[in-house]
Amino acid sequence: MSGYFAAMSSAEVLADLAEANPSLVLVSQDFGPIGGFTARFPERHFDLGITEQNLVGVAAGLAHAGKLPFVLAMAPFVSMRSFEQIRDDCGYNRNNVKIIAPFAGLEAGPWGATHHAMEDIALLRSIPGMTILSPADPNEALRCVHAAATIDGPVYIRLGFLSGLDGYDAELRVGEAVTMREGKDVTIIATGGCVASALAAHEALKGSISARVLNMHTLKPLDHAAVVRAARETGRIVTAEEHSIIGGLGGAVAEVMAELGVGRLARVGVRDVFCTEVEPYPELLRIHGIDAAGIESAARKLIAA
Amino acid sequence: MSDAATILALKRRAAALRRHILVPASVYFSHLGGAMSCADIMAALFFHFLRLQDRGTQKRDRFLMSKGHAVTAFHACMVELGEIDAAELPNSGQSGSRLGGHPTKKAPGVEFGTGSLGHALSVAVGIALAEQLNRSGSRTVVLLGDGELQEGSVWEAAMSAPRFGLENLIAIVDYNRFQAAGTIDAVMPVEPLADKWRAFRWNVTEIDGHDMAAIVAALEALPAAHGPTAIIAHTVKGKGVPGVEGTGRAHYTMLTDEEVQRTLASLEAVQ
Repeated sequence: MSGYFAAMSSAEVLADLAEANPSLVLVSQDFGPIGGFTARFPERHFDLGITEQNLVGVAAGLAHAGKLPFVLAMAPFVSMRSFEQIRDDCGYNRNNVKIIAPFAGLEAGPWGATHHAMEDIALLRSIPGMTILSPADPNEALRCVHAAATIDGPVYIRLGFLSGLDGYDAELRVGEAVTMREGKDVTIIATGGCVASALAAHEALKGSISARVLNMHTLKPLDHAAVVRAARETGRIVTAEEHSIIGGLGGAVAEVMAELGVGRLARVGVRDVFCTEVEPYPELLRIHGIDAAGIESAARKLIAA
Repeated sequence: MSDAATILALKRRAAALRRHILVPASVYFSHLGGAMSCADIMAALFFHFLRLQDRGTQKRDRFLMSKGHAVTAFHACMVELGEIDAAELPNSGQSGSRLGGHPTKKAPGVEFGTGSLGHALSVAVGIALAEQLNRSGSRTVVLLGDGELQEGSVWEAAMSAPRFGLENLIAIVDYNRFQAAGTIDAVMPVEPLADKWRAFRWNVTEIDGHDMAAIVAALEALPAAHGPTAIIAHTVKGKGVPGVEGTGRAHYTMLTDEEVQRTLASLEAVQ
């Protein structure tokens, strides 16, 4: 499911939340009427057009005046164009702004590098007090929206392309990774759509390599304890994310491991390049090694090293 | 229409603000010029226009200092309101003080922490939207610098306010003609300024920002119908500081004891 459709589904959840909470308002970026919300609460939906800086500032003002604003805006633009508004107006001024950001990662595929969000985790992770959620499937995306409504402080929900994970319905505990598969030779720590690829890699490795798989649905605050356990118990960690290998999940895990002084790490992600190939999304992932085969290969190399 | 006694009291209040602004300006490098240029506007806002009662509740007017570097003018208002002890001013910007170089929530009365330019008009649009939904009658006033208007985000916010018919939003431009590197006209002209705001569908009033009667009259004419109002206040950078006012040095400076004494003497003339 496209992150866009996940975001649209989340609008249904928002409408239900808005029914119970008269403070909840929706601020969007040139999305027009949002199915499920606008029809029910037309006076509580503000579309600010193509003004990312302004729309985050406006959301901060709404929150400052006691509203609970959810922002719906494209991940690459809202995370970069309005970074300072998120930092100053939401983080520093501590305003309860919740950003739902579809088109995270490389989902925009052939639309090109301007539409790929592969720096958003690195940027937003550096803001004190920020919470970053990155669901692994469409249902978890909805659980993230519910969680965001109850968190005190700014929240960014990162929505890339998400496949449904059969039978996955773990309760979302913010800041607590979900162990999707047990394993003893290596731990694959994945986030977002990469969790599905990590599960496929787990199957492919089966027989020769026992791979633990963690769904790191919360990128900040990071589950340090889960990383430490993985480093101590499996020795080797592979991170997988649709994001630059600089500063994202891989960077965050590297920080924990470096301070711990235990374990070896391989990072699967965009390797400090712009993804300029004109290719459909799945092919773009394959080219950059951010699919099940890429994760499997990274795990095998790490074990062999 | 306010009477002569009200105007005179506000002029005296502005003189008091300028005396307070001199204190931090004599102990560390601060943005003296932009604080002095808005002192008359600040006096009219805080001692005549803004409904500050019920602080901490939603039913009150709000003031956001988008040109956060003029914070010493704000601290001066808080001293006059009794929220800050005048004895704190000499410690401004010094170790352990709660009075820094930009508005922070550590200091009393600060609605929103600012400093980076081009933020507060958007925030004010959000606040005004919320109060419009609440039908509270609460007004939001934003003080903008003229150099600040070079930030594109200001115009995103300016475009959005009339879209939502925000009659409860007032932007005041402290048009003192200088930015850090020199005159606005030399660095990056913002003219035709009134036409720009009109083109963005704001109600526009132009005044002499040091003519207290004109400031009060502009504020008392609010709210204008059908949308937000921009008040362009023509001011003098460093107003009231002899030898410094109207010069580039006024932007960011520290005053000598002699300059402080000369300014205090000239402020005595406000009767």
